Amino acid sequence: MYHWDFGAVWVYRNLLLSGLAYTLVYTLIVVVAGLLLGMVVGIGRVRAPMIIAVLLRGYVEVFRCTPVLVQLIWFYYALPILTGIEMAPSTAAALSLTLYGAAFYSEIVRAGILAVDWGQTEAGMAMGMRRKQIMRRIILPQAFRRMLPPLMSQSIMQLKNTSLLSVIAVPDLLYQAQSAAHDSYRPLELYTIAAVCYFAVLFPATVWSKRLESRLGKQDRS
Amino acid sequence: MSDLMIEISNLSKRFGEHVVLKDISLKVERGSVVAMIGPSGSGKSTLLRCINLLTMPDGGSICVGSRAMQFKNGYASKMHEKDLASYRATTGMVFQHFNLFPHMTVVQNVMEGQVTVKRVPKAEARAYAMELLTRVGLANKADTYPDMLSGGQKQRVAIARALALRPEVMLFDEATSALDPELVGEVLSVMKSLAEEGMTMILVTHEIAFAREVADQVIFMRDGVVVEAGPAAQVIDNPTQAATRSFLSRFNGPQIVR
Repeated sequence: MYHWDFGAVWVYRNLLLSGLAYTLVYTLIVVVAGLLLGMVVGIGRVRAPMIIAVLLRGYVEVFRCTPVLVQLIWFYYALPILTGIEMAPSTAAALSLTLYGAAFYSEIVRAGILAVDWGQTEAGMAMGMRRKQIMRRIILPQAFRRMLPPLMSQSIMQLKNTSLLSVIAVPDLLYQAQSAAHDSYRPLELYTIAAVCYFAVLFPATVWSKRLESRLGKQDRS
Repeated sequence: MSDLMIEISNLSKRFGEHVVLKDISLKVERGSVVAMIGPSGSGKSTLLRCINLLTMPDGGSICVGSRAMQFKNGYASKMHEKDLASYRATTGMVFQHFNLFPHMTVVQNVMEGQVTVKRVPKAEARAYAMELLTRVGLANKADTYPDMLSGGQKQRVAIARALALRPEVMLFDEATSALDPELVGEVLSVMKSLAEEGMTMILVTHEIAFAREVADQVIFMRDGVVVEAGPAAQVIDNPTQAATRSFLSRFNGPQIVR
């Protein structure tokens, strides 16, 4: 029977906290940047001229159909060799996770837009509204309600994906837990603590997202 | 002196192989009411949608007020998105399924076009919206959301929303077809009062008795062509064409205009 000794790893508390801070900051960056890019790509796939829409689809499929870990390593190792641009691990990490997240966000945005009845667009057109005005004033506000729950769960995925950053030596929560484990020979305690930390952040987030979803469902007026 | 509001010449439209409109010509005088009747699939709704260019004609020309447009291969020559939008704002459209904006209150629905299209200040837009809502009898519903309204009330809001842009022409696309029978009357009476105030109106309708009473001109369409056109009483009471007679025979029996 394994003898747990959390007291022995107490000295690593500041290290783990700094790792958690990295994880949270990276999550914020890749969620915000991913949402912005995903919004542009999602709208573009519905409204942009054919050739641009096809290119955007190509981007989405490439990033949806390859593992994010492969993308991460590719951006860090392969891209500098191909382009000559050296990339810090932090840059490569932010870039690949943003592009990966944006591909999924864009699909949510696209589906949300397409789910709004075409009659809404026609009503806007008949009133003399421009396409951009219809999108901004009529379509997006209605689509947003439907998009919110899946956007939330994709953002939760994004936080979990930041654990992959440890592979290219970005000092996130998992990376610091790993180095503490090597140092203390107490991997069970440290990986358990890491898991508990992820859970402690994400469980309230999912509860909140669930509550938001049911509240939106209740006041859905369409 | 004839004062033409709309002149349609040789209009044609096809969807793929299917010809929907064949060489349609039509004149509508300012302040008159034209009712288009006919079996479903006859092209009457398409013709109506061609007038505000929700559907782009393939050929022919449309002249509304002082604006003339030529069509070729599904495009209006020298018309960009901006011109298209500003043209559409001069015609008001009322849809069969209302198409109210569900995320806006009733008064916001009526303000939307004024504020985003005509750049009317909000307070002014609200005042005019309230005036229109009073006119359709719904001022007390101004701050509720569309899903709280009955079908008839929704359609009256939709009429107010279209009127808010001060259109030169109002187009009604089967405005009462999606309504429960007991709610049809309230919408027709709003339409009737509009007609009496001198609004130029074109309606696609299955309310034959209403067309008979309110329209100046009735057009019977079938298979993409105008089979018969003329004064309402003449086309409905004494149709000259066999196709018109057989269509109208389905509406026989006393009809009550509410």
